[in-house]
Amino acid sequence: MSTQTPLAPAPAGANAGPVRTQRRLPRFAATGLYLAGVVVGALLSALTGFSITLTVIYGAILGTLAVYLVSRSVEGRRKSTDRLVTTVVTSAFVLAMVPLVSLIWTVLENGLPRLDSTFFNSSMLGVVGEGGGAYHAILGTVIITALTTVISVPIGLLTAIYLVEYGTGRLKKAITFFVDVMTGIPSIVAGLFAYALFALFFGGGVRLGIMGAVALSVLMIPVVVRSAEEVLKLVPNELREAAYALGVPKWRTILKIVIPTSIAGLGTGITLAVARVIGETAPLLVTVGILTGTNLDPFDGRMATLPVYAFYQLTQPGVPAEFGIERAWTAALVLIMLVMALNVVARLISRLFAPKTGR
Amino acid sequence: MTITTSAPPAPPQPKRRVGDRLFAGSATGAGIVILLVLAGVAVFLVSEALPALTADAADLPDGKSLASYVGPLIFGTLMAAVIALVVATPLAVAIALYITHYAPKRLAAAMGYVMDLLAAIPSVVYGFWGIATLAPALVPFYGWAAEHLSFIPLFAGPASVTGRTMLTVGLVLGVMILPIISAISREVFSQAPALHREAALALGATRWEMIRMAVLPYGKSGVIGGAMLGLGRALGETLAVAIILSGSGGVTFNLIGSSNPSTIAANIALQFPESTGLAVNTLIASGLALFVITLAVNMLARWVVNRRADFSGAN
Repeated sequence: MSTQTPLAPAPAGANAGPVRTQRRLPRFAATGLYLAGVVVGALLSALTGFSITLTVIYGAILGTLAVYLVSRSVEGRRKSTDRLVTTVVTSAFVLAMVPLVSLIWTVLENGLPRLDSTFFNSSMLGVVGEGGGAYHAILGTVIITALTTVISVPIGLLTAIYLVEYGTGRLKKAITFFVDVMTGIPSIVAGLFAYALFALFFGGGVRLGIMGAVALSVLMIPVVVRSAEEVLKLVPNELREAAYALGVPKWRTILKIVIPTSIAGLGTGITLAVARVIGETAPLLVTVGILTGTNLDPFDGRMATLPVYAFYQLTQPGVPAEFGIERAWTAALVLIMLVMALNVVARLISRLFAPKTGR
Repeated sequence: MTITTSAPPAPPQPKRRVGDRLFAGSATGAGIVILLVLAGVAVFLVSEALPALTADAADLPDGKSLASYVGPLIFGTLMAAVIALVVATPLAVAIALYITHYAPKRLAAAMGYVMDLLAAIPSVVYGFWGIATLAPALVPFYGWAAEHLSFIPLFAGPASVTGRTMLTVGLVLGVMILPIISAISREVFSQAPALHREAALALGATRWEMIRMAVLPYGKSGVIGGAMLGLGRALGETLAVAIILSGSGGVTFNLIGSSNPSTIAANIALQFPESTGLAVNTLIASGLALFVITLAVNMLARWVVNRRADFSGAN
């Protein structure tokens, strides 16, 4: 047996050998190590007066280091790099959630105190200091958003139908491209456009509710087109062909087959588009302005809208300032609730009106 | 012996019905309306900006020439947007990777939904949050940075005591564009071909190696495109900047001081309601500059994103 070369004993480092047993950390070791790092971080920050920010910074760095080094010494380079990236990605995700949670919390904390019936029942007419509400602004937002929807949805839907059902060649390409480009128009530029357009007819300094609706339409149309186009594309071609085979004209096919099939998606897309523009402030700031009283006629002078109302209550709260600022936060809270409600409605639409399968 | 004399009916002519013509016409018309609107935006902006472009420098606000009025604003706009982009892109990629490849499946769907919700929060609310929460929270850091990091021009100090600085604005804008970039990154990451991913894993790659070899190369141009769309959004962001930034100064690279260059959009929002005459034209001229910049960025972004669509032979 002396002729046979004995297998070389594994070197102490266990790294050089061609065959090595895969050593792994226990299942929850990484999480535990990371948490230990965070605890040490908290202790470190407690040395210089406790602060959440420092705890998070120290904790993230120490936790990541701990996981990396232990894994490196036990599992080797490749595995430890993998663990490092996992830790960093997860940390980054949590870090990104922090401002978002903080935002919701701040708005709730500051907005809830004034979320009372006065806020929804009274306008700012003759209000100095305490009291007052956003009745006029909420109605203004509803009217202007409704007008925007009335302008945008037909144009947007028809354009989507053109792109999916009729469009060919250059014109289709051009429209697709410019709809994409339009998505990126800054909202303030849309406001300036509406102002410039109406200033040509009514002279400078004009402020009308309808101007705001036109400005918002510039922002809403591309969103409607994009989402409607995606949904219409999902309608299977077999349905259209079956209709044509039965001699149904194209326009009836679109009206009776394509649109009913995709109605859920269309409703969702339109609702989300409304949610998108209802919080737009900048275009309304330059086209509609602000008013303390109630004006429900979009063709006659200034109107109040919720986002603009929130902006002015915060930046020009009046004397004493605290009441205006409270109203501003409540307006922001109502705005967020509106947006969230629209999102929930969009979800419900897509669930309730989805075409029944398995007929 | 009756022979049917009636000839077999002629094959139906593909005749254009009235309804068809109406429908096709209105659909095409709507498409053309969109092109007209976009052209209209450019034409009306130019026509209203023209008086400012041709006016004598002395008549403009502050008595400066148009270029020296708009110049610092363009600088401020770019500055804020670039900070936002630098902060948001790595985080957005991490979020997208986490949701597509790390999080448990059921959790991932919910988190994707939450991110979409966040994209819908109005910008004025972000402004509120920035001035009430983030700016005060950053003041100690600014003080520390002005003391210890002042050799870097970005932190030259003296530090602002309100926290309403360019850096705060950049961070808030970063939070705002985070959902946009991560939504697009998420989409391209989840479309990375499953065969490539499984092949990498089958060869013994760790998860990170699989992502580096199969997912990132595939998603790269999508991420770049998403980042540029986010940049476009940050460039045009108005209210958050208008609320947070105390913009008064000229061109400076000091991010933490109390005098910052304002941005085009914020300047318009703050000045427009009180402006009349030539001042309005000047503001519209600056809006025109913003329009051109965002248009260029967006076209570039679309081009990058669409190029990926051409090359991805995976489907």
